[in-house]
Amino acid sequence: MERLYQGAEWDFATLQRIHDACEEIGLRELGLDVYPTQIEVITTEQMVDAYSSIGMPLFYKHWSFGKHFTQHEALYRTGLRGLAYEIVINSSPCVCYLMGDNTATMQALVIAHAAFGHNHFFKNNYLFRQWTDAEGILDYLEFAKRYVARCEERHGHALVERTLDAAHALMAQSVDRYPGKKKLNLRQEEERERRRRNHKESSFNDLWRTVPTGRGKNVAELSIDRRRALLGLPQENILYFLEKNGPRLAPWQRELLRIVRHIAQYFYPQGQTKVMNEGTATYVHYRIMSRLHERGAISDGHYLEFLQSHTNVVFQPTWDDPRFSGFNPYALGFAMMRDIERIVTDPSDEDREWFPAIAGTGDAMAVLRDIWANYRDESFIGQYLSPRLMRDMRMFQLHDDPAETEGILVEAIQNERGYQRIRRQLARRHDIGWIDPNIEVVDVDLMGDRRLILHHNVVNGCALEEADAQRVLQHLANLWGYDVLLREIDSSDTVLKEHVCSPRNAVLAAA
Amino acid sequence: MQILDRRLNPSGKSLENRQRFLRRAKAHIQRAVREASQDRNISDILDGGEISIPADGLNEPRFHHGPGGIHDNVLPGNKTFSEGDILPRPEGGGGRGAGGASDGGADAEDAFRFMLTREEFLDLFLDDLELPDLAKRKLADVEHEGLRRAGYSVSGSPVNLAVTRTSRLALARRIALRRPTPQRIEQLEAELAACEDAERRAAMRAEIAALKTRMKRIPYIDPIDIRYRRFENVPKPVAQAVMFCLMDVSGSMSEHMKDLAKRFYMLLYIFLTRRYRHVEIVFIRHTDKAEEVDEETFFRSPATGGTVVSSALEAMRRIVQDRYRPQDWNIYAAQASDGDNSYGDGELTASLITNAILPVCQYFAYLEVGEAGQHDNPVMPNSALWGIYERLATEGQALAMRKVSNRSEIYPVFRDLFQRQHEGKAV
Repeated sequence: MERLYQGAEWDFATLQRIHDACEEIGLRELGLDVYPTQIEVITTEQMVDAYSSIGMPLFYKHWSFGKHFTQHEALYRTGLRGLAYEIVINSSPCVCYLMGDNTATMQALVIAHAAFGHNHFFKNNYLFRQWTDAEGILDYLEFAKRYVARCEERHGHALVERTLDAAHALMAQSVDRYPGKKKLNLRQEEERERRRRNHKESSFNDLWRTVPTGRGKNVAELSIDRRRALLGLPQENILYFLEKNGPRLAPWQRELLRIVRHIAQYFYPQGQTKVMNEGTATYVHYRIMSRLHERGAISDGHYLEFLQSHTNVVFQPTWDDPRFSGFNPYALGFAMMRDIERIVTDPSDEDREWFPAIAGTGDAMAVLRDIWANYRDESFIGQYLSPRLMRDMRMFQLHDDPAETEGILVEAIQNERGYQRIRRQLARRHDIGWIDPNIEVVDVDLMGDRRLILHHNVVNGCALEEADAQRVLQHLANLWGYDVLLREIDSSDTVLKEHVCSPRNAVLAAA
Repeated sequence: MQILDRRLNPSGKSLENRQRFLRRAKAHIQRAVREASQDRNISDILDGGEISIPADGLNEPRFHHGPGGIHDNVLPGNKTFSEGDILPRPEGGGGRGAGGASDGGADAEDAFRFMLTREEFLDLFLDDLELPDLAKRKLADVEHEGLRRAGYSVSGSPVNLAVTRTSRLALARRIALRRPTPQRIEQLEAELAACEDAERRAAMRAEIAALKTRMKRIPYIDPIDIRYRRFENVPKPVAQAVMFCLMDVSGSMSEHMKDLAKRFYMLLYIFLTRRYRHVEIVFIRHTDKAEEVDEETFFRSPATGGTVVSSALEAMRRIVQDRYRPQDWNIYAAQASDGDNSYGDGELTASLITNAILPVCQYFAYLEVGEAGQHDNPVMPNSALWGIYERLATEGQALAMRKVSNRSEIYPVFRDLFQRQHEGKAV
């Protein structure tokens, strides 16, 4: 096969050739199924830009993005940190950013990684299919940007900024964790907002205000259960609850909360599939690049250049290494994908025992495609981390109980007795339900003092960090407009701690 | 697949976010800028630079787990441990080995360093300062002109095209000339399609054709409709100002004092040159005789001798007389000295300043520099010059005086002297 490029230089024809070559291998040999791709070449500054607004090409304006930009820029300028080679967006068409300064080999690597690896994962993984609307996201972001700008014009920067600050603080607690009735459709969402507003404006009649109403429902008539049922409590999606029930919010503020909530929901799958997503992309780029090299489409020198970047990416320092900062999702993901490939094609007796369903079936890509479509990090690790890989990575488990004064116990190591425990524990550490504090709105007395009550279900005695919790509660109280109480409750229903917060002046009360 | 080159897109997409961030962090940044300006060489201040501000007030809080609680962690790279081993806890609470992902939360980010551009730095540095009482405005050299809207014209550059006006004229013309509307033609065509009668059809066809030619003859927009917004140059009144910098460089001024005085004038110089385009600066330094010098000499070159303050004031009076008519110019003066004056010059100084200088000045600032810690000493008697000025100030003259003995006081005093006075003491 003819060489795709010579040297490090590239132009758009080169990119096209690289893409076509990758496409042939990716679609034909690996059987990938991807959204159409849109490759955008950008400068380093634009890359820093994109970084700071959580990777999205267009986003509403907010000071926190400026802060991130400043941080990234300072790190980049002083040489403390390099830039990511690519950013890829879960949208259709799938947008991949390529840095203009990369060499041709790097561009090939990035195209294989992002335009095929991530792209396939976005299109096929069940979490993304369930929770995100790739077709609508760019339009929705455009809508969000315009909406926020219009709110700023109408209601002033300060008010909008405070609302967004508060909403951002609650973002992580504002996703639906269980699939609801309908699929998210952002385009309709936008349309709906417009219609609702038009309807309100056209049907407004001040006379209604003067019509006498019947006697209000007696407070006592509503039992606690009934009241909670009416409010849909307990509710884990805090912004949703505020949007629907917040007594002091203006309509536009509700819409802002809704926007932030939708964006949080859009990113929800990404947090749960870091290992799988990066593992998939890394595995795909590795396969494609190796195949290109085998066919002679890239030279030995370029292949070595690729291997160097690749090994940097999948480097996993051990726990006692100063560079260690937890498991590298690229390294773990890639190692597991390779390991599964090995189990499918060349299993040992141990593998046959542990993975009877896939060991020796022969078609590695079919097995991997199935896994990519139907698992998230937690279930993936929980089922497919093999004893062999645990041995190779020399995994061990520590049990740190503050009550034990002697020290930290080595709970399990990489041996027969330990495999299951290590695997279960590692899976748990990738479970978002386990990592994020579990907080839900449990009660509010709308007829009485309107105090909002939340519970944090404490697991293993891990309480919330005090100072930050207080700050977030302040934001929450400002949105709610009345007092807020957060109880930290352990599994036996004992209250460990209570945080109370009152709204600080009516900052958010709409003018 | 599609390849787009975005490299030529305008950069600085996040400029607005950055500005919002700066606005939010303003108070912190201002404090940091002031602190940075203390230990920095004054010429470096002009270059902007790195600023470090505390991260609180800019934090984005989230709910997250605090320290404590039972943690189970899986780590790679077991070399020596066996099941059941007990490892000592690392010093200082959950370190790397044990805490793993749980540590490095809130206090990981204690300070926040970033670069300010030169403009941003100076803006913050000189924020809220102005020359007081800039009252006399005059049409100076016509250099300063502003543009003002002045109706419409039939010729102009495309950017000034007045779209609304143009389309209004075009609409009027179309109505006047009875340009057929496309709707009318459509309607006729629909009728034609529905019509059965051959004769009537021919008539309608003819009418449609006529309408169409008419429509073609009368353009939608004709060059005669086009209007441009017209702008006129208007001279704007400009406040002309001159600042006299009077510095004592006599032998009694120690190196420390000269450094303070120079720093003060540097700030003043930066402030005036950055903020006002029409401010002239006159540098006068004096020992027992005064001379007007350029800025290079003023700041850099050494001189020494006795002290006769009146010589500087006399020089200033002469220059005002020669070059700056008090009717047209806002005149300011800043004097820095250690307060010593030769015995016998006091009378002359007092009379000069009362009769010749203060009457023509909008504002006179006097800065008395001293040795480090000197002014903290309450036993020290006031200097000769201070005594004279204090008397004048209590008489209600536009005179401000401050004492400075430490580098760190320079900037606050400077700000104090030139702080924008909001209530405005207009003349």
